[in-house]
Amino acid sequence: MSEPVIKCENVYKIFGANAEKMLQESNGNVDARTFQDNGCIVGVNNASFEVSKGEMLVVMGLSGSGKSTLLRCISRLTDATGGKIFIEGQDLLKLNNKELIDLRRNKMGMVFQSFALLPHKTVVENIAFPLQIKGIKTEDSISKAMDMVKLVGLDGRENYFPRELSGGQQQRVGIARSLAVEPDIWFLDEPFSALDPLIRKEMQDEFLRLQEKLQKTIMFITHDFDEALKLADRIAIMKDGIIEQLDTPAKIVLNPATEYVRKFTEEVPREKVLLIEDVMDTSITEDVGDLKVSKDEVIENVAEKILSQEKSVAVTDENNKVIGSINPTKIINTVFGGRKNSN
Amino acid sequence: MDYLKKYPKLFQWLFLLIIFFALCFSIDVPETYKFIRGQAEFVKDPNQSTYVFLGKEVRYYAFDVFWRLPPLLGWLPIWINDSLFFLMNEWMPMEFWNEDTQEYKTRPLVLEISRTLTSFMTFLIFLIRETLLGGLETIVAFTSWDWIDKNPWAELPGLPWTIVAAGFAILAYKLSGKGLAIFAGLVMVYISIFGQWKPSMQTLSFILVAAPLSFIFGLGLGVAAYKSKRVEKALYPILLVMQTMPQYAVLVPALVLFGVGDHAAVIITMIVAVPPMILLTLLGLRAVPPEVIEAGRMSGCNNWQLMTKVLIPTARRDILIGVNQVIMVCFSMAVISAFIGAKGLGFNLLLALNQLNIGLALEAGLCISLIAILLDKMSLAWANKQTDYFGNLTFYQRNKNSLFFGASVIIGIILAYVGTFIFKDTFNYLFEVPHNKGISTADFWNKGVDWIFDTFFVYIKAFNTWLIVEVLQPMRALYLRMPAVATLVLVVGAGYLIGGIRSALVVFGLTLFIALSPWWDRALVTTYMATFGVIMSCAIGFTVGTLCFQSKRAAAFMLGVCDIFQTFPSFVYLIPVMMLFGITDTSVLIAVIVYATIPATRYTIEGLRSVPAGLHDAATMSGVNKFQRLTKIEFPLAFPHMMLGLNQTIVFALFMVIIGAFIGTEDLGQYILKALSDKNGAGIGLTLGICVAFIGLIFDNLIRTWVGQRKKHLGID
Repeated sequence: MSEPVIKCENVYKIFGANAEKMLQESNGNVDARTFQDNGCIVGVNNASFEVSKGEMLVVMGLSGSGKSTLLRCISRLTDATGGKIFIEGQDLLKLNNKELIDLRRNKMGMVFQSFALLPHKTVVENIAFPLQIKGIKTEDSISKAMDMVKLVGLDGRENYFPRELSGGQQQRVGIARSLAVEPDIWFLDEPFSALDPLIRKEMQDEFLRLQEKLQKTIMFITHDFDEALKLADRIAIMKDGIIEQLDTPAKIVLNPATEYVRKFTEEVPREKVLLIEDVMDTSITEDVGDLKVSKDEVIENVAEKILSQEKSVAVTDENNKVIGSINPTKIINTVFGGRKNSN
Repeated sequence: MDYLKKYPKLFQWLFLLIIFFALCFSIDVPETYKFIRGQAEFVKDPNQSTYVFLGKEVRYYAFDVFWRLPPLLGWLPIWINDSLFFLMNEWMPMEFWNEDTQEYKTRPLVLEISRTLTSFMTFLIFLIRETLLGGLETIVAFTSWDWIDKNPWAELPGLPWTIVAAGFAILAYKLSGKGLAIFAGLVMVYISIFGQWKPSMQTLSFILVAAPLSFIFGLGLGVAAYKSKRVEKALYPILLVMQTMPQYAVLVPALVLFGVGDHAAVIITMIVAVPPMILLTLLGLRAVPPEVIEAGRMSGCNNWQLMTKVLIPTARRDILIGVNQVIMVCFSMAVISAFIGAKGLGFNLLLALNQLNIGLALEAGLCISLIAILLDKMSLAWANKQTDYFGNLTFYQRNKNSLFFGASVIIGIILAYVGTFIFKDTFNYLFEVPHNKGISTADFWNKGVDWIFDTFFVYIKAFNTWLIVEVLQPMRALYLRMPAVATLVLVVGAGYLIGGIRSALVVFGLTLFIALSPWWDRALVTTYMATFGVIMSCAIGFTVGTLCFQSKRAAAFMLGVCDIFQTFPSFVYLIPVMMLFGITDTSVLIAVIVYATIPATRYTIEGLRSVPAGLHDAATMSGVNKFQRLTKIEFPLAFPHMMLGLNQTIVFALFMVIIGAFIGTEDLGQYILKALSDKNGAGIGLTLGICVAFIGLIFDNLIRTWVGQRKKHLGID
């Protein structure tokens, strides 16, 4: 496997006057309580993870869990107190100001919760802004920005001002702006949290469509567990600055690592999250019917077919080769069983 | 005992008052005490003793430490004065090349800087003034008088008034629309036909120099303060003092440093106009959402790009409100600067008031007020104007306003030319209506004033006498009867009860400065007049505000009225009161009351309006009637904001009391006025100004601290 695009090693972010000194003295064993007593607030506590090319890592946590702080450490909007961050092998914390600006101008794009559009610029000017900052000629930057306008489906509104757009449209501008320089790394800080539920769903679908096409390396911050499940390749769940669990959505739902994570997974409709692959029997039994299902199907879509069978159903991989089987009772157990209140 | 536990604060206040009154009654007035004490006036008096500090001899009368503190700071004004003199005339002599005499000449550094600055300002003012009115000086600056003699054609012609009027109307149209354009046009026509064109343009040229310079400095310093905490901390005390410093106290040192005239006034105006610009720049930049800054950073902005392309444009509205403030301060300074010889409307007003020609004063005052409203409305319209998109407009649409202006220039010139034929023997009225050759209504007003005096003299006089004898004199005597020590205890105690030890120390320092200065008695008189004004203003303002709040339309109307009245330079208020009440203390106090009622009313309405609608509905649903809602819900919640209004009312009242010196008072303001005509007055003027500023700051500190706590308690902000 190639080098990870983003790599964090023991990243700490502690706010307060003596943060650095206290961190050194603690030898990496940071206890939020003791730090708080000394006037320091722990934002990110010992975060280590990697994000590889084209992968979408969703960081999920409630407010105050340090998820936005973590993102800002990796985009270096704030400097991490301790640890190492590598962007495509470059040590982020060692970059000087000019190198950092270069990195942001060419490699990074970011979308914000409150859209953060410039109120005095039109849609197309907002999108062209990072290009113009880079020093690209006005005409070229505008024509490039127009492509972006089309990409996010705002054609015809390019000369509107942000104040004349709805929230969803404003965030489309924000997304287009962050993509204008064609960054490899895409940061999204709760991009859909400020939107109405219906618009949010629409934007999530749109976002997935875009990602299908663009294949960026993404760090996506959210406080909505359902959103995380829907979008993520992998999810990191944060609490009090600590990453509680980092895994694929299916594994998190099936094997929550801590009690805290379990609370989120309890209410999740598993048939919508889990794939056949996640629940199938890998031992191939002879006793299967004629029906075959792909391992990549979501349970919800094939449950009715499987439940109509008496026998187990064969599971196939992409080459149509049988790699396992699944019994209808297993489906019933997965969907209805194993919950707190179920009998 | 239960009461004591239930209302601890109340008993603390009572205790404080008891101590205060006990001190007042136990300390007798010393027999040697006289109200007029002339340490500051350099008059030798055999009854005076002297002491020497820092080489300065300070004269003082015998004192009693409990009754009045000794004037230990008496050396300060003398010292400031001598230092200024030393700086100007002796410090760091250097060789400077003199263009005229073609030789090196030795001059002290500060004097040279001051002269250079002065000539630069003079040049700027003349450049603009002569563009508007015509003249020689600008060309002389580039050539010489000899050259002008040889080339008599070389003179800036000046713009016909029609062009300037059209320019204003078009600018107003661009900024706001038809309504303001018509108003601008009417104001210009009014100014012209009433023969106020020349002074108005002089005042305008003053503003056109002072305002842009103040804007640039204010913006620069505001940005610096935003970027560096240290700069902000260094600027903060200056900003605070400048906010409560009476504008014309600043004029006095200007006289020494830069001499008499427009240039000195422009430089000093900048000192007054820059602080509000700094504050609003800082406010605007602070209000930029952090995510917008982050978005700028993530777009790869360096610091310069972040400031110019993200922060300043996003803070545009607040910065332009700052411009509005700058323009209004410059305008009111342009009027007051008449005291140090600046030309323009203020000069005419001052002249008319000195001659007691109320009619002329009223005309000039009306002109000033109209221009003030116009400038205020135009700059506010600019601030509130949203950026428009011009990408897909035709050439005509994009340049409509410039084209119209171009056309009006041509028409104006043609009209002026035609005018030379029509008015062959008299003045060319289509070019410029000379001063005193327009329509004048002065006689009418003067007759009106005479009539008022003839008809109502008895009643006005009776009212005057009653007010002075029954109210003002006793109140004044009470204030003067306060021993200095008792006053200190009261102020410091109040500071401690409101804001703890920190507040107590701050107000103690401020009060002590005044007490140790030679003008404690004067400060008491100032305070007494301000107190009377503030009490009346608040009574009127709170009542009117509350009544107007009952109807949405009335509230909006009242705020509009406040807006308009607030734009008038304070000096203008003296005209109508002098008209009605002549030259008495009553006139000053009525001007104070009128002026200070504006913030009291405004903040009452705004405070009541800021009560959340949800709370309003909740109260209605719990079945309260209108009166209950007002007393139980709206007043308690609006009270902190109303107290801020009180703070403003105090500042306004102090300003007016000080200006009132022009009518004739015997407080600090009178001494500032005297210092203006004293060649050794710089130190006195500045120290007096600081004393006034400190009176304001004492109340400011107490009120703000209290409001801060109260708001925290109520969970507002």
